[in-house]
Amino acid sequence: MTGIGALVARDLALAVRRRGEAGLTLAFFVMAAAIFPFGVGPDPLLLGSIAAGVVWVTALLASTISLDHLFRGDLEDGSLEILVLDHRPLEGVVAAKCLAHWLATGLPVVALAPLMALLLNFDMDAWWVLVLSLAIGTPALSLAGSVGASLVLGARRGGALTGLVVLPLCLPVMVFGVGAVEAALAGRPVLPHILIEAAILVAGAPLALKASAAALRIAVE
Amino acid sequence: MAGDGERPHLLEAANLACERGGRLLFEGLSFSLPPGAAAVVTGENGSGKSSLLRIVAGLLPATEGRVAWRGEDCRREPGRWRREMVFLGHLDAVKPALSVRENLAFWGARDEKLLEEMGLAALAGLPAAMLSAGQRRRLALARVAARPGGCWLLDEPAAHLDETSSGRLERMIGHHLAQGGIAVVAAHTARGLGDALPIRLGPGT
Repeated sequence: MTGIGALVARDLALAVRRRGEAGLTLAFFVMAAAIFPFGVGPDPLLLGSIAAGVVWVTALLASTISLDHLFRGDLEDGSLEILVLDHRPLEGVVAAKCLAHWLATGLPVVALAPLMALLLNFDMDAWWVLVLSLAIGTPALSLAGSVGASLVLGARRGGALTGLVVLPLCLPVMVFGVGAVEAALAGRPVLPHILIEAAILVAGAPLALKASAAALRIAVE
Repeated sequence: MAGDGERPHLLEAANLACERGGRLLFEGLSFSLPPGAAAVVTGENGSGKSSLLRIVAGLLPATEGRVAWRGEDCRREPGRWRREMVFLGHLDAVKPALSVRENLAFWGARDEKLLEEMGLAALAGLPAAMLSAGQRRRLALARVAARPGGCWLLDEPAAHLDETSSGRLERMIGHHLAQGGIAVVAAHTARGLGDALPIRLGPGT
């Protein structure tokens, strides 16, 4: 392998050429957020009060449905064996794949979030807090997702299992992400929530990379 | 380090045993290879040829025994071993959505001569999804050929290859050995590897 950058570029190229995967994630995010008014009713006040939570939950679910492809393609075509045998740390390979996953699925969700929030009558004075919380939170979702995706790699029905493993891991980052937006809407300080969210990302990243790498080594045995 | 005459052995496998799913595939297996030497692992289906290669590569822990490269235990000191080892398994590690050239470049093989040597030059810009099984195998072999001089671990490298490509494979391995590399090849026959150390796996191994 030429380097970690090459792995990011390759996974992004694959995501672009197999438009279905990244497009499906984004379409799911838009559809799931758009159908909420049909379920809870068109009351603008109610929609505005739950908008941040809806955007965050749909972003989390959208991230989860794309995780099954994170390592499975490499396992099925034999690339994973070669990546595991590379002399560079496997944790770097996992980090590169998480970065590519976030660029292909997380970043578009962050970019579309203000539009979805607007559709849900969100108070747009706090749009930047929503975007900031998602910009910090979605990489954490990709990292937590890599743990779930690598753990269920040998399982036949990995998709549903991945969700069961990943969703509880993502709760803390979602709680503080939504908390930051709620604080902004209530006129309270945003910074504590954002800092805790960032701390979860920074502290959780090495653990997620280590756990995913260990699970991948077992998967190729 | 053990030696054969004046040639120090690069790869040494000592007392290897492998148990899979409660079944003992082989035990007490030892061999060593000096620079420029090859070993060909033969045996029936399920006799443990692939498992032996995976143990030597470091993908699978041995039930017993150790593998050393340049005198260092491969599991304790994997860095140097992995820099000099190239593994080709049953699967080709080819991405169908990428072109032939892009697939090779990802693995660090950017020399256009590799494409010519493996008969893939005319297909370089095509998506690998368009390749036949034999062409995909040649693409995988081009990845291996890009790193001569170390240790090649090849699992059924001639699978899906026609006569012409099998000849290319033999020349490729010959060139690698001539440069001081070593090769451990799992195959059903030892064809084209006449001087190779035979390792026969099966009942009683």
